[in-house]
Amino acid sequence: MSYLNLFRALGPEVMLLVTAFVALTCDLVLQHYRDIPHRMRVTGLITVVGLLGTILVLTQQTEAALLGGTLVVNTLTVVFKLVVVVLTILTVIISIDYPIGRHVGEYFATLLFGAIGMLLLISAEELITIFVALELTSLSLYILTAFHKGALKSQEAAVKYFMFGAISSAFLLFGMSYLYGVTGATNLREIAAVIQTTGSSPLLVVALLFILVGFGFKVAVVPFHLWAPDAYEGAPTPVTAFIATGSKVASFFVLTKFVMLSFAGMQGAAFWNHLTPGWTMLLAFMAVASMVLGNCAAIVQHNVKRLLAYSSIAHAGYIFVGLLAASVTGATSVFFYVIVYALTNLGAFGVVAALSEKVGGDELEHFDGMAKRAPFLSLLMLIFILSLAGVPPLGGFFGKFYLFMAAVERDSVNFGLLWLVIIGIAMSAVSLYYYLILLKHMYVHKARNEERLKTPVYLNAALAAAAVGVVYLGLNPQPLLTLLKNLVERL
Amino acid sequence: MRADWSIYISFIGAGLVMLLPRNAKNLIRWTALLTGTASLTVALIGYFAYNSWIKAGNAGLWDVVNIPWITALGTHYHLAVDGINYPLVVLNGFVCVTGILFSWNIEERVKEFFAFFLTLIGAVYGVFMAMDLFLLFVFYELAIIPKYFIIAIWGSTRKEYGAMKLVLYSFVGSALVFIGVLAAYFAAGLGTFDILELAKHPIADHIQVWVFPLIFVGFGVLAGMWPFHTWAPTGHVAAPTAASMLLAGVVMKLGAYGCLRAAMLLFPAGFEHWRWVIAWLAVIAIVYGAAVALVQKDFKFIIGYSSVSHMGFVLLGLATLNVTGMSGAVLQMFSHGVVASLLFAVVGRMIYDRTHTRQLDELGGLRKALPFAFWTFLIGGTASMGLPGFSGFVAEIQVLIGAFQMSPWLAAVAAASIAITAAYILLALHKVFFAEEEHAGTTPAHGHGHGTVAGESRWNLPGITCPEVVASVILMALLVIVGLYPSIMLDMIKANVALFPGVTP
Repeated sequence: MSYLNLFRALGPEVMLLVTAFVALTCDLVLQHYRDIPHRMRVTGLITVVGLLGTILVLTQQTEAALLGGTLVVNTLTVVFKLVVVVLTILTVIISIDYPIGRHVGEYFATLLFGAIGMLLLISAEELITIFVALELTSLSLYILTAFHKGALKSQEAAVKYFMFGAISSAFLLFGMSYLYGVTGATNLREIAAVIQTTGSSPLLVVALLFILVGFGFKVAVVPFHLWAPDAYEGAPTPVTAFIATGSKVASFFVLTKFVMLSFAGMQGAAFWNHLTPGWTMLLAFMAVASMVLGNCAAIVQHNVKRLLAYSSIAHAGYIFVGLLAASVTGATSVFFYVIVYALTNLGAFGVVAALSEKVGGDELEHFDGMAKRAPFLSLLMLIFILSLAGVPPLGGFFGKFYLFMAAVERDSVNFGLLWLVIIGIAMSAVSLYYYLILLKHMYVHKARNEERLKTPVYLNAALAAAAVGVVYLGLNPQPLLTLLKNLVERL
Repeated sequence: MRADWSIYISFIGAGLVMLLPRNAKNLIRWTALLTGTASLTVALIGYFAYNSWIKAGNAGLWDVVNIPWITALGTHYHLAVDGINYPLVVLNGFVCVTGILFSWNIEERVKEFFAFFLTLIGAVYGVFMAMDLFLLFVFYELAIIPKYFIIAIWGSTRKEYGAMKLVLYSFVGSALVFIGVLAAYFAAGLGTFDILELAKHPIADHIQVWVFPLIFVGFGVLAGMWPFHTWAPTGHVAAPTAASMLLAGVVMKLGAYGCLRAAMLLFPAGFEHWRWVIAWLAVIAIVYGAAVALVQKDFKFIIGYSSVSHMGFVLLGLATLNVTGMSGAVLQMFSHGVVASLLFAVVGRMIYDRTHTRQLDELGGLRKALPFAFWTFLIGGTASMGLPGFSGFVAEIQVLIGAFQMSPWLAAVAAASIAITAAYILLALHKVFFAEEEHAGTTPAHGHGHGTVAGESRWNLPGITCPEVVASVILMALLVIVGLYPSIMLDMIKANVALFPGVTP
């Protein structure tokens, strides 16, 4: 194992690191000569260029397994890293016009550190590395959440997010230590081999439970969701977008690998006519709780960001339904849905970020009559929200269809998992209500002030690109689906 | 020109309208009208081509397009036409064109209105032609959302409530369908969503018995199936004229068509199991809808409830499972589509937009003020009552004959409702268009001579405009043509209904 190989395999991460330092340095020089908007644009541009360079590096990657399988590079990880990088680019673009404060360089650098953590998380197949990567991501996100230095809400959100995050990390680490203690291995595949031969044991159950709790916090499923609404609401909106999308993509990816690879021998069952303990059963409970509570709580929200926070809790529930199918189709559907969901949510938060600062807030009333004031962004919001609601022909519809289909397919003779699908679909109908309430404010209500809102062209273009992606993935999911399916089969 | 161009033309038209400047209102209206007319023309050309093929003694489906879509699921982009859906496709075209004409007076957010309207029209075309369950579901859900905005933005009376109720009912219905579709897909185990493929391989009976009601009720919600009909009156009343026309005229048929094409075709055993329940629910809807319409104070609610009643005939006809009854049901879908459109146009556009009231007690004497509205309502109302010479008669008599074969009791109860229908139509006719004297008598200026001098009316209303006349004439002509010459539609319906599995002659 030469350092050159390591360097090459970690090319994207290195590229991001370099970009982060360049951005920091540039802003350091620039801050004496220019005002903040100017610095935002220049530093943002540097960051975007660096990220585009990362995409280039990513496309050149070859398969590799480093340090005895600690870090893995293959097509699947490259696809997910591309997704994270694209999400980061969009986050940067929606940040440029957002009043972050005077720490411009630090903001973009921290964002990139978070992205590096996510990329490492996607590659990691070993307990310690997973934990370190997860912490890198989380710490960056805590800092970013507190970036609204003037706003008390932002500080509160950051502290809350940090507290919950720290506890969840403790759970995760505790579970991992048991896992290591029992199996004597830290590599996910080696752990899997040991569990397959020895079978389940009480200590392993504890390990599984704690690890699921830890990840439950990260992906914000009920009952570990309490931080999400506050953090989403308090954080600067571009950061919210990043938390809700980038970190979820990476967390779901590693969680899927964790349960499907390492705990393959402890599946249990979540069929209505026979429940056996195991991770699928635990996920089933969390899925039901998330879908029901997330959707019902979203109904009563008055703040758009809180509403989207509860909606994302509900979506984590839907994703769990696909995940606990514990099949190739299930994993494919999870991956597909996570990608669509991230793109959609980033777009939705992007529109909120672009508009809320101009209208003075992100309560529902602030979006009254938006269809007249900002017709283009409202149209994009319509697409994003309807995709979240699962309306065809948008990506969210197909993603959800496929998730539920994977669940039914698992036991298509007795329809063992159909009960989860029924709950999921019933809750989708509930969700349409609050999504329509949001759209009603934008399209039906009259604005108090009919002045047109101007948004920069690059922002519109970036969000439009996300919307096009969402529509495309709904109309023609075939290419991405086949790609993911093939890759999952090789996993 | 392939029939599926009706779909694309509508969507293209919606996009085109979006691109036009928002102040060029007339340009937008004409663009929408041209789009609607073009889609109707495409449908009509295909219709007559198909009709002559039927006349030559053939029967069956015409595949329009069938290409793999998402191979991982086995979904196909499969559109086809036959004698069952072609009348409905044509109906949709007519309601589209006349709906646009009746919306000519919309001044607020014209561009968005027609964009939503044409999207809805395109999706409805799609539902009628789709021969793949997944595709059908996609179009069906796509048709839900535009309705919300059309009603909530341009509607009246409790519009946000009515719109939300309608959308949630539709969505819950589609959720039931969704579960049923997934179950059917896996129970059949063919790896395809193609309706025709699935129909060839019957699913196990014990599964059919519980999947059939899911799909039937899911679609039935939209068809105004009692007791899931309550969205219909509130939705119809809240909607602007063109949307009421479309809702009652076409969207309710989406539900009935879904019941026929998806539920009944794929689950014959399940249908057999639930047939009597459906038939009696339909009869309840017929009588209940008519009885409730009789006591309404709001003109539009009368038409709203009458829709529930008339859609009961459709479901009853489907439940008979014989050629006469089912042909009657399909023809009733067309006929009621036209009648409901016409009546809602009279109530919503001709009367409400001018008088700003729909209360029967406040209206009256409109015969002199709006003679054209009077004649239109008279013709639409008579057709609604099922008088010979109009399409409604041909349809309802067949449904009743079919029902009689199933059980005389069904036919007897349903037939009794025709008397109630006559009562509420005549009552409305009297209160709205005559009843001048009673009203004049209650006003302080009572005395002598009222209503005797020509042109002396308490109403001073703007005259009926040209687009309204054109649209009304089109719809009335349809009623009469199909009424006097039913074989133009009935032949193709009968030929294809006869191919339905398990149907008795």
